[in-house]
Amino acid sequence: MTVTAEGVTNVEATKSGALEARAVSAWFGNHKVLENVNLFMPPQSVTALIGPSGCGKSTFLRILNRMHELVPIAQLSGEVLLDNEDIYAANVRATHTRARIGMVFQKPNPFPAMTIYENVLSGLKLTGTTVPNPDEVVETSLRQASLWNEVKDRLDSPGGALSGGQQQRLCIARSLAVQPDVLLMDEPCSALDPTSTRRVEETIHDIKQRVTVVIVTHNMQQAQRVSQQCAFFLAEENQPGYIVEAGLTTDIFGNPKDDRTNDYVNGRFG
Amino acid sequence: MVPSQVTTDVPRTLLRTPTRSDRIYRGLAIGTGLLTLVILALIGLNLLLQSRTAIQSQGLRFLTSNAWSPQQAEPSFGIKAVLYWTIIIAFIALAIAIPVSIACALYLTELAPRQLQKPLRSLVDLLAAIPSLIYGMWGLLYLQPHMIPFATWISTKLDFVPFLRVSRPSFSSSALIAGVVVSLMVIPICTSVIREVFSQTPQGEKEAALAMGATRWEMIRTVVLPFGRGGIIGGSMLGLGRALGETIAVALIISPIFVIRPSVVETGANSVASLIALRFGEADALQRSGLVAAGLALFGLTLVVNTIAAFVVARSRSGAGVDI
Ligand SMILES: Nc1ncnc2c1ncn2[C@@H]1O[C@H](COP(=O)(O)OP(=O)(O)O)[C@@H](O)[C@H]1O
Ligand SMILES: [Mg+2]
Repeated sequence: MTVTAEGVTNVEATKSGALEARAVSAWFGNHKVLENVNLFMPPQSVTALIGPSGCGKSTFLRILNRMHELVPIAQLSGEVLLDNEDIYAANVRATHTRARIGMVFQKPNPFPAMTIYENVLSGLKLTGTTVPNPDEVVETSLRQASLWNEVKDRLDSPGGALSGGQQQRLCIARSLAVQPDVLLMDEPCSALDPTSTRRVEETIHDIKQRVTVVIVTHNMQQAQRVSQQCAFFLAEENQPGYIVEAGLTTDIFGNPKDDRTNDYVNGRFG
Repeated sequence: MVPSQVTTDVPRTLLRTPTRSDRIYRGLAIGTGLLTLVILALIGLNLLLQSRTAIQSQGLRFLTSNAWSPQQAEPSFGIKAVLYWTIIIAFIALAIAIPVSIACALYLTELAPRQLQKPLRSLVDLLAAIPSLIYGMWGLLYLQPHMIPFATWISTKLDFVPFLRVSRPSFSSSALIAGVVVSLMVIPICTSVIREVFSQTPQGEKEAALAMGATRWEMIRTVVLPFGRGGIIGGSMLGLGRALGETIAVALIISPIFVIRPSVVETGANSVASLIALRFGEADALQRSGLVAAGLALFGLTLVVNTIAAFVVARSRSGAGVDI
């Protein structure tokens, strides 16, 4: 089964957090890195983006929350619809979109000079949001990121003093504190130990009830464990990347339509 | 029974045999490092020796007296007022230069279009290459006539502020005008130090802030400024060192006075460096020695300032911020 835009949006129109890329292409200068990418990322589920390095997964992810345009030479075409509204429309502010669509990066990037507590609340502060119960927000967010038990006694120590895995979960907690509709994760576990990886996967499993998750991963087992949909990106030498095949994760891994998908998910190239 | 190995369980001394090039490099590095210190010490010693006559003649009064009359029958001179005005001018200069430099550095690293960044950077650096004499002449011939109406206006409107109150309506050759000119000379130095530190802000942290919906300004406030705090402090201290020692521009603009008064907009100011420049040629042995002693005091002051600056900049490279 292919998840079509119409099919799912009609059913889930009331839910917030449906993300859809329509005919997205991207360039860095004259170098075209993505061509005509169409993908629907349904709410309340996890979409995994897989594919070899350099095929444009990170670029695509950054297009989804308007981080792409921060690169001076970057350009794009097409549309990205969040709940059926184009996030690149003239009347939509990039800051507003980014506040609704959070992002977790490959390299953990907590604010080192801020305490753990301040790190969790930093998104609220940055967007000028005041909450009546900051302590509660901190605890809930850290619990969701399964970090609470490890740091509850030292919320005042700097965020930079945590281990890599803890830093990454702090970054997840920070993203969740602003209650985004969508969370984008770019290889969030590639720098983490197995235990932290498992924690992050549990977190993804827990939060998908409330947040649409899009995750880039090089780990096929991880893609199968955490995602419901999957998109396979590929780029031929010096050609822009595109989606070879997208659909239910069970289909991509169990019954791929394209031979290249079959080869990739079975570790035969890439 | 205790195994015999346990008795040998002491930290082992690791012997290193440095390679030849290592040794040469080490020697050179240590040598040049020491040489700087030796030169510094020799300069200090030389100043001390040459100022001995003056210090013997005046004793502690040299630091506590305002007047500068070494040519009288009963010579009496001290640098309290001169030091006071030196610091006032430097302070005015920094009060203008620090915010302007931070803004410049932010513009050059974060805001300016990429194609413009490099040429603008060179342009600001080029400002540092203009001889101070040119700044001084510009200040005297162009800035001063334009500053006087402003000084008049501000001192009448804000005459409840002691620094702006005047005893007579004479506004030329003031500490304010000298301070403004010195600030222009300090801005390029401050800007380039601050800019360097700003440009090292980790991209990841900047993106983290932006990805949460921060505006560019909020990102700067939360990430770039805290990261660059050491650079701001260090750059300012470096600028302070420069401002304290500025000679010719100040000498051209001020009309020397040897009293301490709060008003900075009124005619009259002073500085150690300009005092030396203006008096050295005509000075007899005693006054010469007195001028060297004034130079020694300035040397000590700038040394302390620059040491603090180096310390602060070195400590804050981690980006974790400094606790001052
Ligand atoms: N900032 C950039 N400037 C220029 N080219 C870039 C930039 N970022 C990525 N690219 C290029 O875009 C292509 C896709 O990169 P990326 O999206 O990072 O791939 P992936 O995440 O799938 O490994 C690559 O060819 C890469 O060289
Ligand atoms: Mg990538």
